[in-house]
Amino acid sequence: MLPVDRASNADPARAADGGRADDADLIEALRKSDEAAYRALVDRHSATLLRLASMYLSNEEVAADVVQETWIGVLQGIDRFEERSSLKTWICRILVNKAKTAAQHEGRTITFSDLGDGELVPAVGPERFHDQGPNRGKWSIAPQAWDRPEERLLSKEARAVVERAIAALPANQRLTITMRDIEDLSSADTCSALGISEGNQRLLLHRARSRVRAALEAYFSDVTDAP
Amino acid sequence: MTWKDPLGRIARGRRRRAAPAVSDGGELTCQELVELVTDYLEGALSADDRHRFEAHLDGCGGCRAYLDQMRETILAAGGAAGADLDPAMRQRLMDSFRDWRSSRDV
Ligand SMILES: [Zn+2]
Repeated sequence: MLPVDRASNADPARAADGGRADDADLIEALRKSDEAAYRALVDRHSATLLRLASMYLSNEEVAADVVQETWIGVLQGIDRFEERSSLKTWICRILVNKAKTAAQHEGRTITFSDLGDGELVPAVGPERFHDQGPNRGKWSIAPQAWDRPEERLLSKEARAVVERAIAALPANQRLTITMRDIEDLSSADTCSALGISEGNQRLLLHRARSRVRAALEAYFSDVTDAP
Repeated sequence: MTWKDPLGRIARGRRRRAAPAVSDGGELTCQELVELVTDYLEGALSADDRHRFEAHLDGCGGCRAYLDQMRETILAAGGAAGADLDPAMRQRLMDSFRDWRSSRDV
């Protein structure tokens, strides 16, 4: 049976990120009740799903229940899945719907109607720019290139800085940066799963990335200033 | 100390497509550029705005460093992924599968 062999040799769910053709094999396998294909999908996506569910729900057990319900929903819906979106997006959308419903029961809701913080929070504080004269709007304290970023951003400390900065974001910014930059969903997939416009999504992403950058800049300048 | 929404870009961002970021066709300032970085990286700027953005970069080391930092930030966020699934949770999800398969086989 071909799908089983594929699933045991490689990780077909990982390949699914590459395109719809790989999705098609997985969908076909799931429809045939192929356990290996399901296990590969579960291993690939469940940590993501749990992370997303936790953003809607404060109770960890409820979040875990929502992830389980999501997989049951995937299995029950796979025969009817029309493949208008990628498999991963479809799964995320099921999760988001179930998490929203559960959050309503918990009395928590996240709305995308506002940005989660003030309307005009700049990406970089105004104190970094000249505020008058011919240089108005130019850097007064320009960013310095980070030293060996590719190496140092992988350090435990830098990762902790990123994780803390993301955890501190307003919920809708956190969801957006998580889907786009951590889980690597496309812009269209993120909008579709969250039910927001492209413009709103870009703005949330912009706010979120700007804050994480600022946290990393502070981290790099501390390290650089140290003797 | 005033910070202005660079030419109304944020207000416009809540609607849909990119109207020109610089309505008068003038040069971008650094303070304006940093608000356009995400639109630039997402390919959402108009051809004119993209040209102005890149023209500013050519002459501004501070903004080039800023853009590099934003790219590095995106890569760093990607490195935050990868929590493993708790084995008990995995077992639970596999049990759901077996329940589903037996209900399907009937
Ligand atoms: Zn500049």
